[in-house]
Amino acid sequence: MTRPLSAPLDVGFDYTRSLGPTLGRFLSDLRRRRVTGIRGSDGRVHVPPLEYDPVTAERLHEFVDVTATGVVRGWSWIPEPLEGQPLDRPFAWALIQLDGADTSLLHAVDAGSPDRMATGTRVRARWRNERVGAITDIECFEISDEPADPPTEADDVTMVTTPVNLHYTHSASPTEDPFLRGLMEGRLIAQRCPVCEKVYFPPRPACPVDGVPTTDQIELSDHGTITTYCVVNVPFLGQRIPPPYVSAYVLLDGADIPFLHLLLGVAPEDVRMGMRVEAVWKPREEWGPTMQNIDHFKPSGEPDAPFDSYSQHL
Amino acid sequence: MRDIAVVGFAQTPCVRETDGTTNGVEMLVPIFHEVLGGLGITKTDIGFWCSGSSDYLAGRAFSFVSAVDAIGAFPPITESHVEMDAAWALYEAWVKLLCGEIDTALVYGFGKSSAGQLRRVMAMQLDPYLVTPLWPDSLGLAGIQARMGIENGLWDERAMASVAAQSRSAALSNPLAQLSGEVDADELLALPYVADPLRRHDCAPITDGAATIVLAAGDKARELCERPAWITGFEHRTDSPSFGTRDLTTSPSAVAAGKAAGAGGVQVAELHAPFTHQEILLRQALGLGDEVTVNPSGGVLAGNPMFAAGLARIGEAARRIHDGTAQKVLGHATSGPLLQQNLVCVMEGRE
Repeated sequence: MTRPLSAPLDVGFDYTRSLGPTLGRFLSDLRRRRVTGIRGSDGRVHVPPLEYDPVTAERLHEFVDVTATGVVRGWSWIPEPLEGQPLDRPFAWALIQLDGADTSLLHAVDAGSPDRMATGTRVRARWRNERVGAITDIECFEISDEPADPPTEADDVTMVTTPVNLHYTHSASPTEDPFLRGLMEGRLIAQRCPVCEKVYFPPRPACPVDGVPTTDQIELSDHGTITTYCVVNVPFLGQRIPPPYVSAYVLLDGADIPFLHLLLGVAPEDVRMGMRVEAVWKPREEWGPTMQNIDHFKPSGEPDAPFDSYSQHL
Repeated sequence: MRDIAVVGFAQTPCVRETDGTTNGVEMLVPIFHEVLGGLGITKTDIGFWCSGSSDYLAGRAFSFVSAVDAIGAFPPITESHVEMDAAWALYEAWVKLLCGEIDTALVYGFGKSSAGQLRRVMAMQLDPYLVTPLWPDSLGLAGIQARMGIENGLWDERAMASVAAQSRSAALSNPLAQLSGEVDADELLALPYVADPLRRHDCAPITDGAATIVLAAGDKARELCERPAWITGFEHRTDSPSFGTRDLTTSPSAVAAGKAAGAGGVQVAELHAPFTHQEILLRQALGLGDEVTVNPSGGVLAGNPMFAAGLARIGEAARRIHDGTAQKVLGHATSGPLLQQNLVCVMEGRE
């Protein structure tokens, strides 16, 4: 058997996070090329600052200025950096205890070679020119015993934006695969559960009633019945058709599960449950492995289906 | 307290990449049939279902809801989910059984780690304000911990390589393992670093897989299983997520969980240690001496299905009670970066 269809799937989102008094102070200060810690219940100075003590869980308040130079307490070497990491050439991850702090901050060290790294190595922050109030305002650390660049003035920040971009290979299930390949040929391929004999379109990896793979493949026509519908009156981002228009649940003849699609060719006030419809396909040269091959449904002109014929599919 | 036991366990083969979807259905259907069939029961005999998985691993929202298709949830079931290793789902099910409302529970975990780039996906479990934006990869972080232990004299690269060699050798008896074979520590030490001081053999492989356990209480357990693995201690503890504040050469939460669960006197321990040095660290933290057989399955260094591997450790340990080869065993699971959270399940056989 050939492998099921798969495709790259990139998932991205810019999380915006409010900072609160502790992290807000820390990141505002990074923007000013200053590093601020906080004193814990046991007197230790934590950098980065913690909102609550890691042992007693007390709320912490006392900010303490530390320097942007420090010492490597532990490290590893990354010969092949990954997307999003501070450097695109080989570098060290390090836990760095800044002078004046008792705990360690994670960051990258631009050491050039692992031979230059050792626990105890002195490092200083390399500040980014364009600072926005983020941990990445420190571009990385570099091996040096000299002070880092001096502080400057900058406004406070209260929010931070942290983009997340992840990349996957999305695989269709063994039952979705013939469905998607069928669509490329203008065919509608459903699956039937061998136990309850319900016909699923689109197919599912397993019958949700019986928990068994749906192994029987059947082809359906592109005619069906509207089980229910709604009139879309609200505009939204990315909308392709000016409202009002009708989104309808279409139960293909022979299927047991309706699916949502667009209904055109009829005024919203004339749409009704039980209305018979047929698929309007896009031109063949635009077909791909997608339900979008069906541009929309339109009334077929057949008499309405009796309620009993679809009452179990609402 | 009610007596509760692990009565059934099944898992998929550990493989580098499956053809299936990230919602796990293709992996779960066969192991549900295996575990229920082995006990001679059906889905309607299960009082509670609980799972562990991750949407970030799957790259899709609500993947655990799609996974419910594998159960055939009709008539409607009672179900819950944790966005953690399924060992924590087992804990939830155990608490539910203790409450006395149900007599049986089925717990499952699944992960298709091959779908994304696991080293980057794992950055999503870190502090989202100050740490994730640097995209620290899981190997890079573990490398820092490994070096700290080396420089403190707690282990060295040879001891780490020996853990890997021992894992692969033990996995020869595990037909579901991904990595197995007789390898020599010297051979392994000749290989290049992937995140100095870690070499490839120091890191658990990328694995697709799933696992399931059935729990039962009292007489129901005795009815379903000849030698139930009775849970005598089940505890989980956590350390600060701020790993720059803690001593990374030990794991206070593992020490505390082991002590509270009564880890003393176990004959077999299955440890969830995704890096070789972490197995050495956990042996020390849980007080496991040389007389304890550790990871007879090969452990997660021989196959590490994310979000199922911790549950599988408990299942593998329970199997030693079921087959009569041990009287007292321990299953361990970890979650979070650098052994931040630890769970210990101690089980005993009774004559």
